[in-house]
Amino acid sequence: MKTIHVLLLALLPVTATAELEVFACEPGWAALATEIGGSHVNTFSATTALQDPHYIQARPSLIAKVRRADLVLCSGAQLEIGWLPALLQKANNRKVLPGSNGYMEASSYVLRLDATGNVDRAQGDIHPEGNPHIQTDPHNVAAVAKALGERMILIDPENAGVYEAGLANFLARWQEAIEVWEAKAETLRGAKAITHHKSWVYLERWLGIEEVANLEAIPGLPPTPTHLSRLTKKFDEGGADFIIRSPYQDARPSEWLSERVGIAAIVLPLTVGGTEQAQDLFSLFDDIIERLLEARVHE
Amino acid sequence: MRPWVTLAAAVLLLMTAGTAQAQESEIETLRAAVEEMRADYDARIAELERRLAVAEQNTKQAKYATQQTAVMQADVSSGNSGPAAFNPAIGVIFQGQAWHFSKNPDDYAIQGFPFGGEAGPIDEGLGIGETELIFNANVDDKFSAWLTAALALEDGEGVVEIEEAWVEATALPAGLGAKFGRFFSGIGYLNSKHSHAWDFADQPLPYQAFLGDQYIDNGVQLRWLAPTNLYMEFGGEWLQGSRYPAGGNADSGFGSYSLFANFGGDAGSDSSWLAGISYLDNAAIDRPSGDEDDPLIFNGDSKLGIAQFVWKWSPNGNWKQKNFVFQSEFFWRREDGDYVLPGGTPILYGVDQTGWYAQAVYQPIPRWRFGGRVDGLSTDDPGLLFVGTALAAPPSDPRRYSIMADWSNSEFSRLRLQFTRDEAGPLDDTQWGIQYIHSIGAHGAHAF
Repeated sequence: MKTIHVLLLALLPVTATAELEVFACEPGWAALATEIGGSHVNTFSATTALQDPHYIQARPSLIAKVRRADLVLCSGAQLEIGWLPALLQKANNRKVLPGSNGYMEASSYVLRLDATGNVDRAQGDIHPEGNPHIQTDPHNVAAVAKALGERMILIDPENAGVYEAGLANFLARWQEAIEVWEAKAETLRGAKAITHHKSWVYLERWLGIEEVANLEAIPGLPPTPTHLSRLTKKFDEGGADFIIRSPYQDARPSEWLSERVGIAAIVLPLTVGGTEQAQDLFSLFDDIIERLLEARVHE
Repeated sequence: MRPWVTLAAAVLLLMTAGTAQAQESEIETLRAAVEEMRADYDARIAELERRLAVAEQNTKQAKYATQQTAVMQADVSSGNSGPAAFNPAIGVIFQGQAWHFSKNPDDYAIQGFPFGGEAGPIDEGLGIGETELIFNANVDDKFSAWLTAALALEDGEGVVEIEEAWVEATALPAGLGAKFGRFFSGIGYLNSKHSHAWDFADQPLPYQAFLGDQYIDNGVQLRWLAPTNLYMEFGGEWLQGSRYPAGGNADSGFGSYSLFANFGGDAGSDSSWLAGISYLDNAAIDRPSGDEDDPLIFNGDSKLGIAQFVWKWSPNGNWKQKNFVFQSEFFWRREDGDYVLPGGTPILYGVDQTGWYAQAVYQPIPRWRFGGRVDGLSTDDPGLLFVGTALAAPPSDPRRYSIMADWSNSEFSRLRLQFTRDEAGPLDDTQWGIQYIHSIGAHGAHAF
């Protein structure tokens, strides 16, 4: 009987509500939309922090969500190029097609690093428009928040007051938090990091951490044994403070290198939900800095 | 005037000068030029120092603000990212293979199922398959268009075939979508998949026997997506009926229609599924099948029903590291009409046939995938008049077993090894081969 109920519920057309339906490609953007819109938005994240956002299946459930979305909010800079176009094509929702008000790429509102303009794939999974993992710098998050607030007002002008107040409230708390984080992370300035993928360039620029190597020899392709043994020689005598990977990345390469060169291998949440502690945008950065500081202490 | 021009002019004057007096005035000119240069450089250095000081004085916040403004302005002109960065997006897909058969593939035929369309065994030996040229872009704010031109060699001659050429209406309201032109029909699961996205080098037997490998035709398609959490898509097509399993542009060029419904969703964060049913109704006029030089000719109706199920799994939905896909389709076909056997008169023909396949592909680690597939066909006996012809039922149901392993260095390159035990043809056959699939340029996102 319960199954039948669930089935009937699934079949019922979702009734129109006053809520703004936000389809976020990554959980961080879903969290940001909630910070600004509160109970006036209904957010959904296409991916979790435990999934590599480059490689997502264009699942039927996601198409069904895009069909009903008022706003599609993604990182952009080609991060979702392998699946988002397939969702948009199948979803028959003209409100959220690129170029319309209902489509927003967060990376369009910040300074993107590593923009090469070069599309030679011999260099691996290069994003010619720059590194798309922009959410690891809270200043970027603030810039996106402002643009997102404006966009929400544009789509749903009736609730403009809610979004304006939500944005102002968020930005005030965010600015305060940034000051706390920056003070706390002062000792990290000049630290050296080896990262699995080039996912952390914005965090590194923000905190003054130097990226000295990547585990991936070519961006996007799995670390090779040859490259890893080269790294063991290079960092034989130390030369780095931590080896950073994201929760969805294979643990073995960084653990393997860590064991051989004695540099701490750590997992940092790349977005909300990446670790048990990173439950919203604020605790995300709390946790990132906590984990970096802890790794440094244990050196 | 720039200082160095003055200087050059002065030097030139000096060299061509004749008298000492002239030389003196020229030295003056030269000195003035040097002074001018010094003043200019001093000014530039001062300006640089001033800018450095300003930059140093900038607070972090101000720094971010200016940068962001600059980028936002840049973005207004460049537009959003995506395949439209090239207009149109252009991609090329290269496919080729080396294939071995233990029996002569020229004699390959499945008793009771004369092949039509593009169906048939892979070319023997070294060869290239179709090279696909893909162009696509938004036409304007209401339409987008797609072209796939297949370049192939047929008997040593290069031929260009328009595989797909369609326009899609993107701005329809209420979850509607429309496509018109030449396209792969939306029936079944594999029918609309491009060959570069197949998991095996060839199509399962029911696709070969019932759809001529893949049903592609000219016409219109309408789709509607329900506004529900459960994925529910309903669609229909009206098609010209130009090729197998239709033929001869019957009914004044409105020879086929199809209806389909697809449902799908997630089961937890690890699994997702898609299930669907479809129906294809064809009218055929002088439809050829079987031996190309001496074909069987069919006139009548061909009705095909398909049920499909696909299940995809990956731990936490993190597809890149590890994944598993199971898919299966079941086909039912009814044909009523008459067949003209080579050199004969029309004989009434009416049979029910079925076909199916099931396959599983597992990617245990990035780059490597392993898969197995079983496919089979079954047919009623068309009657005594067909004894001894290609249409008579085979003594046992045709079956085929395939396994494959492929390696993808990136999502743009793939090398595949496939081994097939074929018990569908006249003689049991062992086939194996190596295939490559590579793509350059823009590459569209793949559907589920």
